Amino acid sequence: MIFPENYRERRGSFLQRNDLWSQLHIDLPLLVGLLALSLIGLTILYSASGATPAVVWRQAARLGMALVAALMVAQIPSYTLRRWSPLTYGIGIVLLAIVMVVGDVGKGAQRWLDLGFVRFQPSELMKIAVPLMAAQYMHKRGLPPKSRELMIMLAIIGAPALLIAEQPDLGTAILVATAGFAVLFFAGLNWVVLGGIGALSAALAPVGWWLLHDYQRQRVITFLNPEQDPLGTGYHIIQSKIALGSGGLFGKGWLNGSQAHLQFLPERSTDFIFAVCGEEFGFFGLVLLLSVYLFIVGRGLVIALRAQDTFERLVAGGLSSTFFVYVFVNAGMVSGLLPVVGVPLPLVSYGGTSMVTLMIGFGILMSIQTHKKLIAP
Amino acid sequence: MAPRIKLKDSALEKRLFNRRVIVVGLLILGGFVAIVMRLAFLQIQSHEHFVTLSQENRIRLRPIAPPRGLIYDRNGVLLADNLPSFRLDVFPENVPNLNDTLTKLGRLIEIKPSDISRFQAQKKQNRIFDAIPLRYQLTEQEIAIFSASRHHFPGVEIQASLNRFYPHRELLAHVIGYTGALDEKDIKRVDEGNYLGTTHIGKGGVESFYEDILHGQVGHEEVEINAQGRSLRVLESVPPKAGNNLYLGIDARLQKVAMDAMGEHQGALVAIEVNSGEVLAMVSMPSYDPNPFVHGIDVKSYQALNTDKHHPMLNRALYGQYPPGSTIKPFMGLADLESSLPLGKDGIFCPGFYQLEGSGFRFRDWRRGGHGTVNLHRAIVESCDVYFYQLSMKLGIDRMHEYLSKFGFGVRTGIDMPKERRGVLPNPEWKKRVYKQNWYIGETINASIGQGYTLVTPLQLAQATAIMARNGKIIAPRLVKTTYDPGKNTHESKTPFDVGEVTVANPDNWKKVIAAMHDVVQGQGGTARAASAGAPYQFAGKTGTAQVFTLGRDEKYNEKELARELQDHALFIAFAPLDRPKIAVAIIVEHGGHGGSVAAPIVRKVIDAYLLEGDHDIPRKLP
Repeated sequence: MIFPENYRERRGSFLQRNDLWSQLHIDLPLLVGLLALSLIGLTILYSASGATPAVVWRQAARLGMALVAALMVAQIPSYTLRRWSPLTYGIGIVLLAIVMVVGDVGKGAQRWLDLGFVRFQPSELMKIAVPLMAAQYMHKRGLPPKSRELMIMLAIIGAPALLIAEQPDLGTAILVATAGFAVLFFAGLNWVVLGGIGALSAALAPVGWWLLHDYQRQRVITFLNPEQDPLGTGYHIIQSKIALGSGGLFGKGWLNGSQAHLQFLPERSTDFIFAVCGEEFGFFGLVLLLSVYLFIVGRGLVIALRAQDTFERLVAGGLSSTFFVYVFVNAGMVSGLLPVVGVPLPLVSYGGTSMVTLMIGFGILMSIQTHKKLIAP
Repeated sequence: MAPRIKLKDSALEKRLFNRRVIVVGLLILGGFVAIVMRLAFLQIQSHEHFVTLSQENRIRLRPIAPPRGLIYDRNGVLLADNLPSFRLDVFPENVPNLNDTLTKLGRLIEIKPSDISRFQAQKKQNRIFDAIPLRYQLTEQEIAIFSASRHHFPGVEIQASLNRFYPHRELLAHVIGYTGALDEKDIKRVDEGNYLGTTHIGKGGVESFYEDILHGQVGHEEVEINAQGRSLRVLESVPPKAGNNLYLGIDARLQKVAMDAMGEHQGALVAIEVNSGEVLAMVSMPSYDPNPFVHGIDVKSYQALNTDKHHPMLNRALYGQYPPGSTIKPFMGLADLESSLPLGKDGIFCPGFYQLEGSGFRFRDWRRGGHGTVNLHRAIVESCDVYFYQLSMKLGIDRMHEYLSKFGFGVRTGIDMPKERRGVLPNPEWKKRVYKQNWYIGETINASIGQGYTLVTPLQLAQATAIMARNGKIIAPRLVKTTYDPGKNTHESKTPFDVGEVTVANPDNWKKVIAAMHDVVQGQGGTARAASAGAPYQFAGKTGTAQVFTLGRDEKYNEKELARELQDHALFIAFAPLDRPKIAVAIIVEHGGHGGSVAAPIVRKVIDAYLLEGDHDIPRKLP
């Protein structure tokens, strides 16, 4: 190892090696953003749950546990993560295959694996494992991907996505694929190839339509014309638009959202909690909430820019942009811009599994930010 | 494959990655901007639109039906009560799958096919009411069962309501009528807005005639509801105004006496308070229990009532039309006295028949041997037909028609009941209009003893008797004596109503006819003498017998040999006491035979009960 002469001048300014937070492998801006988001989320959840403290406490406990998990992951240096990523990915694929055969059926879809002490969704694991595996592969092969690497990348991303879509869990499949494609994009995927993939997808859309389950097709139809069936599947979208629209600039006030409290709004604690926020805190409330998300995503991208190797960069970029996709898809679906695909609003929607996955992702970002090698590679 | 030059690539990779971060950063910003613009469109630009939708979602105006006015008798005996009952309401717009819901409900609580068909019929009417009752009178157990699985049935609710109950059941069914489910025809008849939330409306009798004052004024409440249409809380409410209570002129005790006295007989009895015109009793036999109609009587029971050959649902007092027979004679007698030349000042000779001049027709008297020499007094007391045959020849049909009309024959009495029949008081114009035929002289003769075309209702007969008792004063018969407005706490008297007068040339003529009527019951040879035995008061009356089965001339018949359905109707009219009349009664006993032997004793019981047992002279405080 050769230490360059100007090492301290070049790195010292932002490494903050002696900082207590760095010693604990905590990225303070990210932590502040996440805590702020959690607090906002719990406040909205209290209202959305019909002022049920028990729900809020359960969610707070989950958030706490997920944060602990994130901080634990943050202690693991990125090269360890990189080394373990193929194995994690392989285990994930096997578990998905097992779920297909013996998984518990919940709400008409096979997603859960009962390990005796805990029920577990392998698809959640893949939200992390796929970007890690893809980044690890591209790190090894170098950027930008050539055609052979592109093929392997598509296989790495496509296999779990298809398995998850078969469960059927279209929302998670799209998110897993998105995480993989984000890595592929950051890896320098050729614009021409990107255009080609886009064109191919459009051409294959009718085939995809044929592969979709009935309820998935219904969701797309409903998205295109919600008023066609106002009491059936279009009900969600109409009611959430009413909730948002009636909130206006400043909202109806906390605990005063009639749409939510009178149970017009379905899934108001989970997928449609964004509408509850919009009804009670109005346009300004939502802009504030979105700003917190923007801050967290922005911090993730900054971490990616400052990362030290390709794996770190691709992982940080992929996870940050995937987090954005979560928010965008949820907000888009609730406001009627996108079809209803069942994607929760990250860290705000009630529910445990996806929260742990997201927090682990932020733990990885913190690890990348705080485990700096003392030398530039 | 040649190994890559790692160091150079590393710098390239970083530059490539940084460029991509910028692209992604811009995409993310673009995404956020898109969401924010979408939100601005929904929350700022379309705000008003969605506020309206949200309000409609949230607040519903629900009508509150007013409690229906109660009905009491003249002494404050409750005749029509409101009892709380629970029913199952269905809000079809909130039910995802109606047929499925009905099937599932049927497994939990009893829903008869008749309930379903009534429900479907009501649903088709497309009324502005959103709730349709499916079941009435839920039991406590059914309420408990349904409540436990209520969440399975969005759009189905238990609703408490007040429903009519008639504690005296068949005693006053014809007078009061009943309330039944509001139907499409009713809606057109009433102020629709005031009937939002009302499920029942008066059908028949007082319930129908006084519908507008019994019903009251609808109230409403603003309720916050959830998506299932269940109300969560009341935001604002305007209470309904209860309907007015009615106090009938009916004396329930007297009504019971009259009904019991009628026993197994079919027919009708009407008793009128002479001074006020208030109807004290109105009995139509057989009667029926109105209570099943309130909750929708089942088809089988309804069919049974409807096809019963004795027609229990028919109010014979108003809708039954009978030949008055000899009861018409006192009124004919007054016409005789009033005419310029009273017939036979010294009497006529009755040989037991009347030979119409210039024809072979003989009109027989009820007494085969004849009455001998009779004047008007004896003609009424002994009910001599031949006297009145001759009288009719003297008066002619038009004069007869004129006099009898004054007593209300052939015209409606104006009682406060719906669709009163007017009977028939024939004259040549009437016959021309109805039958397109000329009048025959023999028909005048038949009319003189209340036979032939002449038809009266028992109410008309009672009214004519009351007019006689008042010496000509006409007061329309009234069922409702006073009304009570619970909101204003005011009583309003409804009697006497619509007063008029039968004018006579000589007031003594009243006395003469009434004296004859007195002798009918309490004089020598009176046709109802048996019925007056032991009466501690003086009274007046007239028997009548109405032929159902027409015999050939000079034909003799044996009552016992005739089938009951072919026997004559027995009639009797009376008022009492003689000097200061208080009560006037008319009765028709179908197939009762002779008025004197069957009808008069029943009337006697009623008059006894009124004059001797009642405390009708003591002014009473109304409850």
